[in-house]
Amino acid sequence: MTASIPSGRPDAALLRADVLVIGAGGAGLYAAIEAARRGADVLLLDRSLVGRGGATVMAQMTVAAALGSETEDDPAHHLRDTLAAGRDLCDPRLARLLCEDGVEVIREMDAWKAGWARHGDGRIRQVQAPGHDRPRCVYVDFLSTGPAVSRALRTQAQRQGGIRRMGEVLVTDLVLSDGRVQGAVALDLAHGVPLRIAAGATIIATGGLTRLYRRNSASANMAGDGYALALRAGATLIDMEFVQFFPIGHLAPRMIGMDPIMWDPFRYKLGGRLLNGAMEEFTDRYGAPDGGRYVVTRDLATYAITREVAAGRGSPSGGAWLSFQHVPEAVLRENFGPVIDRLAANGIDLTQTAVEVAPIAHYHMGGIRVDPAMHTGIPGLLAAGEAVGGANGANRLSGNAITEALAFGRVAGREAAAIAARDGTGWNDAAARDALALAGGTGPARPGGNTAALFHRLQAVMADDVGPFRTAAGLARAARRLDDLATELGEAPAGAPLPHDLARADWFDLRAGLQVAQAVVLAATARTESRGAHQREDHPGLDAAWTHNQTVALERGCLCLASQPVAEAA
Amino acid sequence: MSVAVLSVHRGVAGEAPRRDRFEVPFEHGQSVLDGLRWVRERVDPGLAMRYACLNANACKECMLLVDGKVAYSCTVRLEAREMRLDPLPNKPLLRDLVTSIAPPDERPPEPAAG
Ligand SMILES: Cc1cc2nc3c(=O)[nH]c(=O)nc-3n(C[C@H](O)[C@H](O)[C@H](O)COP(=O)(O)OP(=O)(O)OC[C@H]3O[C@@H](n4cnc5c(N)ncnc54)[C@H](O)[C@@H]3O)c2cc1C
Ligand code: FES
Repeated sequence: MTASIPSGRPDAALLRADVLVIGAGGAGLYAAIEAARRGADVLLLDRSLVGRGGATVMAQMTVAAALGSETEDDPAHHLRDTLAAGRDLCDPRLARLLCEDGVEVIREMDAWKAGWARHGDGRIRQVQAPGHDRPRCVYVDFLSTGPAVSRALRTQAQRQGGIRRMGEVLVTDLVLSDGRVQGAVALDLAHGVPLRIAAGATIIATGGLTRLYRRNSASANMAGDGYALALRAGATLIDMEFVQFFPIGHLAPRMIGMDPIMWDPFRYKLGGRLLNGAMEEFTDRYGAPDGGRYVVTRDLATYAITREVAAGRGSPSGGAWLSFQHVPEAVLRENFGPVIDRLAANGIDLTQTAVEVAPIAHYHMGGIRVDPAMHTGIPGLLAAGEAVGGANGANRLSGNAITEALAFGRVAGREAAAIAARDGTGWNDAAARDALALAGGTGPARPGGNTAALFHRLQAVMADDVGPFRTAAGLARAARRLDDLATELGEAPAGAPLPHDLARADWFDLRAGLQVAQAVVLAATARTESRGAHQREDHPGLDAAWTHNQTVALERGCLCLASQPVAEAA
Repeated sequence: MSVAVLSVHRGVAGEAPRRDRFEVPFEHGQSVLDGLRWVRERVDPGLAMRYACLNANACKECMLLVDGKVAYSCTVRLEAREMRLDPLPNKPLLRDLVTSIAPPDERPPEPAAG
């Protein structure tokens, strides 16, 4: 158990925990609470600040769970809708877990004072979102669902005890010894030094990959880190071709202090009209009448807007108009109070003008393949949240992602605590040596190299050719461009690490992002049909022969594609 | 296209502070954070600054001093003039515009000296 540490650096600190949770969004926080509740000593890490860095805190909309507080409901109904949206590719065991455990975690979040909006008589309010057969989605006013969820979980994690929470720690590699994940190596971003972390069980809760696209709703921390960590540790990814685009992301005029997905809650509450450049309703032309009621699912709306723009009937900035001009000011205020003032500060008066919207990358259906206990198949390694693939198949219903994060986080926390209690913690320094050298070592200087610009080019590749509409030629071009970028990236980050070294973090983001982008391209190239979020212009229409899942694994340094039958319901 | 001049505090704790001036082209409606990200992509990827959510004003990580006043870089608009950017004065400086803002019990351990 002796090892040399990267030359010229002091010994990296060694942290120990029963359970290591990577990522402190909804999934990671819930996992940490659950593992600690079962007696585990937990280390919860985030590359950003705890509870602030990912999608959870940014969510403004709703969370789906069959509480039945508006009308009779049952997880079985929620499951039916989820499977239908997933276009026959969902892992029904994971989907069922989402729908059944979802009810429990949403109720527990209520006890933890998430503050779900309520009727005067105390019943939790539930609204109907596209693809759900009845009002099923809870929320926190106004547009505060994510911040409220994050705050409640953070408070609970503090109260729980047994959870060491740590921000500004970027996990760069998992450490494997004898085929088992025994912890991780990380870069302490605050100080610019590497860390060693020994853990009995490790949970990847790093969220999704939508930052890989130019127009996205992501934070700076959502470039697919967890998928790449899992791949390099020998785990398998599933459904990587299914990236969800949110159809009505804000496009113009430029706003600040507002999230680009903010129009969704407006549509839930007020309908609103989606119009083309000629101010005509158009989704009915694509078999999906909207009629100002907001019933069209995300894949269909994305398709309709993109087609309309391609046909020369887009709005001036290349999207569609969204109009609330028919809604009286008093009604706007009643529903969105302070948000109306924030819009006014941006020069937008919805009673006078329509805004422009267009599809943006929003969520990843694919991810790490797990069983219903969140095991990845690699001993000691679990995953939870958006990092996991399978529950939502080819298309996700709105409101299902936060439920997924919380429900899967809870399962992963429970299982990880059990694994750590059974197997204990070990650490083999030799197995961590390469990763430590990369995180903390001094690489060759690269004058003129710009990692931030390189990332921008990666986003351009994905936006140009791996968006919602794909062709064989475009995907082949993307594959070539990604290979070129990988060559340009080089074998190690340049220079010596500094405090808050974004260029060094970019290098790790690029290493992960490029590999994950390659996995998306590989799976998208093979799937010669159109289904849900994966639309092939050269292969229109769903092909029943393609009703199976694709997987990607890393074998001897190469990404390998395989397929597997859709899982049977348990 | 207008041009803003960002005058940015550089350096780590204990070092004599320097200032860099960056000329940043912008379109009306862009934020100071947009300007700083432009600097990283076009001029100096080594500039240290903090942000996560970009637009939503949800993460609250991007706080700094703009012309001496505490502000979120993602909600202050770029203007066609010199804008002075400094790290928060009441928090330990890490580098450039970045200070230690995590609650004390949520920070990584202080590295051992040596
Ligand atoms: C703007 C927006 C709005 C949304 N609105 C809704 C909604 O209304 N309803 C809904 O159901 N879903 C919504 N979604 C989707 C949903 O929010 C996410 O799928 C869900 O929150 C994911 O939770 P998570 O815990 O898996 O990941 P996240 O909340 O993204 O957390 C992942 C965390 O991991 C950290 N991390 C990443 N890599 C590393 C690393 N290498 N080392 C250390 N830490 C790392 C990140 O900093 C981050 O804090 C929305 C998504 C976005 C982007
Ligand atoms: S970048 Fe998140 S609040 Fe400014």
